[in-house]
Amino acid sequence: MTGRDDNLISVFIDEEEFLVPPGTNMVEAARLAGKEIPHYCYHPKLSVTGNCRMCLMELGMPLKDHSTGEPIIDRRGLQKIGWMPRPAIACATRAFPGIHIKTDSELVRECRNGVMEFLLVNHPLDCPICDQAGECSLQEYAADYGRGYSRFVENKNVKPKRTRLGPRVMLDDERCILCSRCIRFCKEIAKDDVLGFVDRGSYSTLTCFPGKDLQNNYSLNTVDICPVGALTSIDFRFKMRVWFLKETPSICAESSVGVNTHIESREGKIYRITPRRNDEVNDTWIPDSGRILYKSIDTDERLIHYTIDGSHTLVDGAAKEAATLLREGAVAVVGSGRASVEEQYLLGKIASAVKAISVSLVSRTGDGDGLLVSADRNPNVRGALLTGLITSLPHANLGGLASAIESGEVRTILSFGEDLTQCGVEKQLLEKVNVIYFGSHCNETGEVAKVVFPTLTVFEKAGTFINQQFRLQKFLPAVPGPQGVLPDIVSLGKLCSILDGEAIPPTGPEGVWAEMNTEIPQFSAIDFENIPINGILIDGSQWEHLPFIEGMSLHYDPDNNRQIMAEVTKSK
Amino acid sequence: MPPTEQRIILKFADQPGYANDIECYLRHGGYEMLHKAFDMEPGDICHEVELSRLRGRGGAGFPAGMKWKFLDRKSGKPIYLICNADESEPGTFKDRQIIHKDPHQLIESMMIAAYATGTKLAFVYIREEFPEGALILEKAIEEARAANFVGPKILGSDYSCEIIVHRGAGAYICGEETGLIESLEGKRPYPRIKPPYFPAVLGLYQCPTIVNNVETLCNIKHIIEIGGEAYSHIGTPAATGTRIWCVSGHVRKPGYYEFAGGAITLGELIYDVCEGMRPGRKLKAVIPGGSSAKVLRADERFHGHLKDHTSFDWGLKDIPLDYDSFMAVGSMSGSGGVIVLDDSVDMVEALANLNAFYAHESCGQCTPCREGSLWMKKITSRMCSGEARSEDADLLVSISKQIEGRTICAFGEACSWPTQSFVAKFKDEFVAKASEAQSQATGSENGDRLI
Repeated sequence: MTGRDDNLISVFIDEEEFLVPPGTNMVEAARLAGKEIPHYCYHPKLSVTGNCRMCLMELGMPLKDHSTGEPIIDRRGLQKIGWMPRPAIACATRAFPGIHIKTDSELVRECRNGVMEFLLVNHPLDCPICDQAGECSLQEYAADYGRGYSRFVENKNVKPKRTRLGPRVMLDDERCILCSRCIRFCKEIAKDDVLGFVDRGSYSTLTCFPGKDLQNNYSLNTVDICPVGALTSIDFRFKMRVWFLKETPSICAESSVGVNTHIESREGKIYRITPRRNDEVNDTWIPDSGRILYKSIDTDERLIHYTIDGSHTLVDGAAKEAATLLREGAVAVVGSGRASVEEQYLLGKIASAVKAISVSLVSRTGDGDGLLVSADRNPNVRGALLTGLITSLPHANLGGLASAIESGEVRTILSFGEDLTQCGVEKQLLEKVNVIYFGSHCNETGEVAKVVFPTLTVFEKAGTFINQQFRLQKFLPAVPGPQGVLPDIVSLGKLCSILDGEAIPPTGPEGVWAEMNTEIPQFSAIDFENIPINGILIDGSQWEHLPFIEGMSLHYDPDNNRQIMAEVTKSK
Repeated sequence: MPPTEQRIILKFADQPGYANDIECYLRHGGYEMLHKAFDMEPGDICHEVELSRLRGRGGAGFPAGMKWKFLDRKSGKPIYLICNADESEPGTFKDRQIIHKDPHQLIESMMIAAYATGTKLAFVYIREEFPEGALILEKAIEEARAANFVGPKILGSDYSCEIIVHRGAGAYICGEETGLIESLEGKRPYPRIKPPYFPAVLGLYQCPTIVNNVETLCNIKHIIEIGGEAYSHIGTPAATGTRIWCVSGHVRKPGYYEFAGGAITLGELIYDVCEGMRPGRKLKAVIPGGSSAKVLRADERFHGHLKDHTSFDWGLKDIPLDYDSFMAVGSMSGSGGVIVLDDSVDMVEALANLNAFYAHESCGQCTPCREGSLWMKKITSRMCSGEARSEDADLLVSISKQIEGRTICAFGEACSWPTQSFVAKFKDEFVAKASEAQSQATGSENGDRLI
């Protein structure tokens, strides 16, 4: 075993040797070896119950002489393998040195065929009207292990078809294969033990405990992990066939956790948001509250025109007018913790080009739930720190700005996405100054603004956020924005190039990164294209003394993160 | 002369005047073995049990001494002892006799076992259908506690141990030891996966736990009395001590009979001890070890080799009553419930009855047993209502093969063995059911149906 990683042990899957970490279960070991062991009840982030029996495989161990402890060698000169007479479940079998498994023998196929047949005998087979169709494990494995015809001529069991488990989750008990993933999720992850089975045998039925509802903020994850169509989202059911949906990797902007998501859309319309697995951030989960954020993008309140004093113009006209106002000086810039790293960088450049007398960020706070919603509801405060837009943590109130307007010290305000009337600056006060407003939706600040730049939402543009762990994560556009609205980077870039005289403004995040990675040492060697899909840790040790408000959450511990930062610094 | 019973466990149980209170028990030498055990080292008691080669009486026949030896004593966690009094295998009714008639024998044995294994808290998990038994046990434990045989500082020593009687809620699966443990923890009795949840390591509350059957535990007292070595000379080397056989069904004198291992044959049990079949009836089949054991035909001949390589050629009546002989003929002694069927029995109906039981009792945790047991039940029920098909027999066997060996617990075998053996040995009746159904459908025979 020389030259190999000492922490790995060798396992033999279908007579081929692979190295895996000790204790890896055989479903995962096979996955590492590029083989799929079919399973229903096993879920990598939940406890193992081994009830579906789909992952049965043959298990063998190297034989040793009982008396001498010496390996027994066969004629080929290899250690003899003692194959267990009974098949074993892969999910509960952990790797030990020399373990042998067969994942494709006749017995294994027979076992899978048997389990498959059993799962289907009382299944309603209502795929044509089932929302799970297309992403259903039963369908997938039935194609591999199904008989193709039914030997079952008896009456199928009848169970409740429509049970509202809570405000967002609907249960069809006939489709349920009793894998207990949802029960384990509620108990182990959401810490809201409300689901269980009643009745016995094939009549077992999933239900909520008496007087309880499945209403925690993570309830829709049960729908994601349900391997069949038993649990469906009340919001999504019957809306769209899943095979039509395009998955775009994105980041949830709900809080500084930075949950990895897939935006699922068809023909420019978003139908649902699902979690994207990232074992360093959100595992395979997402809060329900993060799934509905897209609902506001298609409203009448959307800003869709570049305007000067209320009359429509084009982006260049708006930029020119904004530049004129900004050049007059006495500028205050209000940035946003919801803007992307690129936008914050460009905003910072504008601020320094016009020698802004103040640059502030508006904080958004709430209670952290200890799981995937943190106390900081701005997804990208750390981006503002790294790009140099701000140097201290944001406040909820811009009282200082209000008095600066009052005193005449500030004559122009550039607000990027923030409604200043919501953070301590009265509308009457704003009317006294020139407001340049970048925003996606109408609000009072937009109403009084002299120049308005419509912006895109996170679902419509590309960019990056830096989450509470100082992890840089990127999102891509899932749907096009309103017609005529350019990406925020373009608007900001145009304004920027007028102000600092640079010839070619960036047209996308790639261009901004080409600049940032030379300007900002922590970003050196990073290009937008090469940011890994699971994100990359940025050295944030320079800011670790700041009183960040986030508490513990799923993969974040404020104290521990300082150590992680120290390691990132060292490795640089 | 019928063979006389050798009663050790049930020695006093049916004697006139023998009551289940502690005074009566003490008058008959009760709790003397507890005194004796307390003078011994716990390790020595375990050693005696190992020497006795006592095997479990609950069904699997696992050596009790070995079970105790597997206890994880290094973990530092508390050790629990559980008496499995969930006697639910159809055809089995021995533990009930012990609990009702001689509860102190169980308590004394349990306390010796508890002392030997270092248990501080013991449980009796008793099935819901024994309400009377639970009351009797609770009263007996109260008496024993008052006499300082149970509770704090037993017999003035530093050793303390409580016994708690826990009543089940009417589920067969609670007799499966890990299901029992889950139930005792207050959960649905879903049997645990093994590995990793072997009770001796990760049992009750994830602590090392011993689960022994009532009858198994009762033997401990007698092992202490005569010593493990002497005990191992009762019966045969592979079936030491006595066993209580519960005979039910179509014999003249059904009941429970205690014999030393291998002392008599199945024929002697049925024809001599139980006085044979009902008048005018012939023996058709025997299910030897509780309803999940494979059925044996009356006219079968069994050939083969025993574990000690001696060959045998037996008829049904020649099978000695012990663990290995029943294994050798392809069945098992199981829980000792001998169910005798005579020629009045329709084997398809008998199987339908068993299948209904197992479908009703499948806990529903794992797929093959949950779906397979109900499917088999639906088939056999249909066959009995005049709608049998010629392919049903083979389908039944195929389903049962898809269950056996692929489930979390032994229920998979328990529910598939009856089907496998009934169809294998009485295929003619299953085929006849199908042709009967066909002829009734066409109305070619016996005119119109009456119903």
